[in-house]
Amino acid sequence: MFRNNYDNDAVTFSPQGRIFQVEYAQEAVKQGSVVVGLVNKTHSVLVGLKRNAEELSSYQKKIIEVDSHMAVAIAGLASDARVLSNFMKQQSLSSKMTYGRPIPLDRIVTQIGDRAQTNTQHYGKRPYGVGLLVAGVDAAGPHLFEFQPSGLTHEMQACAIGARSQMARTYLERNLDKFDGCSRDELVTHGLRALKETLSQDKELTMENTSVGVVGLGTNGKMEAFKLYEGQDAVPLLEALEQADSAGAGEGESMEVDS
Amino acid sequence: MTSLMGHPSGQTVGYSFSQPTAAPVKEHSFYPYTDNGGSTLGITGSDFAILAGDTRSTSGYSINSRMVPKVFKIGGDDETGKGAHILLSVVGFAADGNALKERLDAVVKMYKYQHGKSMSVTACAQRLSTILYGKRFFPYYVHVILAGLDEEGKGALYSYDPVGSYEREECRAAGAASSLIMPFLDNQVKFKNQYVPGSGEGHALQPKKAEPLPRETVEQLVRDAFTSAVERHIEVGDNLQMMIITRDGIEEIFHPLKKD
Amino acid sequence: MNHFPEAWGRPRDDVYGAYNSTYLQTSGPKAHTTSPAVTGTSVLGVKFKGGVVLATDNLASYGSLARFTDVKRLRVFGGKAVVGFGGDVSDMQYIDRLLESIDIRENYSSHGNMLNAKNLHTYLAKVFYKRRSEFNPLWNHILVAGFDADDQPFLSSADLLGTTFSSPHLATGFGAHLAVPILRRKFPDERGIETISREEAIEALKECLKVLFYRDARSLDKYSIAVITQEGIDLREDEQIEGQSWAFAETIRGYGSQTS
Repeated sequence: MFRNNYDNDAVTFSPQGRIFQVEYAQEAVKQGSVVVGLVNKTHSVLVGLKRNAEELSSYQKKIIEVDSHMAVAIAGLASDARVLSNFMKQQSLSSKMTYGRPIPLDRIVTQIGDRAQTNTQHYGKRPYGVGLLVAGVDAAGPHLFEFQPSGLTHEMQACAIGARSQMARTYLERNLDKFDGCSRDELVTHGLRALKETLSQDKELTMENTSVGVVGLGTNGKMEAFKLYEGQDAVPLLEALEQADSAGAGEGESMEVDS
Repeated sequence: MTSLMGHPSGQTVGYSFSQPTAAPVKEHSFYPYTDNGGSTLGITGSDFAILAGDTRSTSGYSINSRMVPKVFKIGGDDETGKGAHILLSVVGFAADGNALKERLDAVVKMYKYQHGKSMSVTACAQRLSTILYGKRFFPYYVHVILAGLDEEGKGALYSYDPVGSYEREECRAAGAASSLIMPFLDNQVKFKNQYVPGSGEGHALQPKKAEPLPRETVEQLVRDAFTSAVERHIEVGDNLQMMIITRDGIEEIFHPLKKD
Repeated sequence: MNHFPEAWGRPRDDVYGAYNSTYLQTSGPKAHTTSPAVTGTSVLGVKFKGGVVLATDNLASYGSLARFTDVKRLRVFGGKAVVGFGGDVSDMQYIDRLLESIDIRENYSSHGNMLNAKNLHTYLAKVFYKRRSEFNPLWNHILVAGFDADDQPFLSSADLLGTTFSSPHLATGFGAHLAVPILRRKFPDERGIETISREEAIEALKECLKVLFYRDARSLDKYSIAVITQEGIDLREDEQIEGQSWAFAETIRGYGSQTS
């Protein structure tokens, strides 16, 4: 009935030192549709591929605005993500209330990391079945963090999680050195291109299935509040991607040969 | 046993006084409120609402500061209040006022987060009443006025007492100089005691019917109300802060008042 | 006479009267501090071009007794902000410990997200407001000086009720009556802080401290002064009021032995 004797709960190690329930939770992340995040010196960008359960249903939300300076992109159980994002919203409001400042990114990411970790050490609890990409700005500039069901968190320059995300990661790794020097719009285009890489043959990015979120520092060095692009708002971004791809088609080819 | 000072009978001479000489133990009690003075006022029109207040903060006869605004945007994105669609003015005990403002702001933000749409002014007005009544036995010592645009785009104004009873009105003055300003508004906005000339004698005289006023007129009324209040009330002065909400957003105007 | 051991060494009831134990609470609700014990007097602060100056004297009084004459009432927070305390000294020390623990927590993960003076002021005002709402106040009136998120000079006040206000120059306690008028004359609002130099601001505060020493019976001629600029904090804690002249005292009439 069971795959083995050590996956009945999240508090028992296997003799090999693994906690299977946590690993299964990480599998749940891989079931979710892909989200990509990338950051440079001025902006942090989230890009997500939305899925609908069936042709007639609405699309599942992939990017949740937590506060004006921060948003999360989700892959995995959306309901678990809502619990986490509600908690983050509370913490963020509380920081604004008590100190009058937006909560530092590393602080809130550590907090959700700690919460997730307790779920892996108490009997009767279940790990969160969701991975998050947290993008935002604070006094130290733009950031991107990855959160895993194990409670592990990392600050990233670029990251992709979810189904077929390996393709996106490969793109991000190959183009990593370009991100820092590029503009806000170019960074979004890179994000969309990474997302496009993950699509299967019969799929393409449309205004219905694409979500883009941007937060960063404006030209005056002040915070540029988080903005979500979905539906009609996403059309110009997709057009920009198409234009960049058609213009750089030749370049792209030669680059492939190089590597 | 008699005291040396009180009745010098000489029978028993004490070293000191038999009666406790110290003054009776002082009953200190902590009073958790103070009045920070100032005045606010709100008027609505057919497609706008104005909330105004002076910016003086006082304690007793001292001026704490000449620049402490009393009118706030509620539900805005950040400190700048961008994207807000509700106005709140608070006058009375400033610390309670701030706490109340922040609570309402958090409520409106959570509403938007949870429902994906902005809270209506009507709903916000009801919620504010509940918040105030929640502290019925340790009240927020403030007179608040809430303003915005209703579902039809008309100016909406709600005024409250400190424990949450509220009412939608066309105009309201609150705070230190409310008793000076309110009768002026009754006359100039609601046209009380104004009659149509030559419409009759005595009781047959027709009262002048109140109509929503245009924005320019209302702004001028607000300025007049405050310049007059400043002349007669010591807790009012320094600057006039006016916030005007229309369908195009919120405009904030500052206007100097006498600083004496 | 009572020879029982429990009476040994105690004042005789027949001479001094029974011990007045009314201040010892035996029943009723739990009572908190209802009045301060050991207190510090005024705190003064002025903004200037590129920074803020804060000053207090070094006295802690026990009622009318000048009890401790070397108490530092300016506390540095995180190398970027200074808090000046007036009011109860034990509550000051409690808040100081609180600030210490926040400082440690904030610096634990150093990512350039240090709390600035404005954040600190918001937090402390919340602490005061929370405690007053529990009827267990922290009996202080403080000034917080430093910089805000835009690196502009910041000066703001908070008191035991949670009341807050901000102004280019501020003073608590007696200073609100004696120092603020001097500062308002020297630095009228029209001048703007851009025209005030560091030296001018320091001189003005020294002048105010002298006037306070002349007239505030709970003050001292030893003082602390902190200059907060972007370069850092220059805190001097053993300064002496210079250039005193008590010649004016002889001309004072109207109380004491000279009533006319």
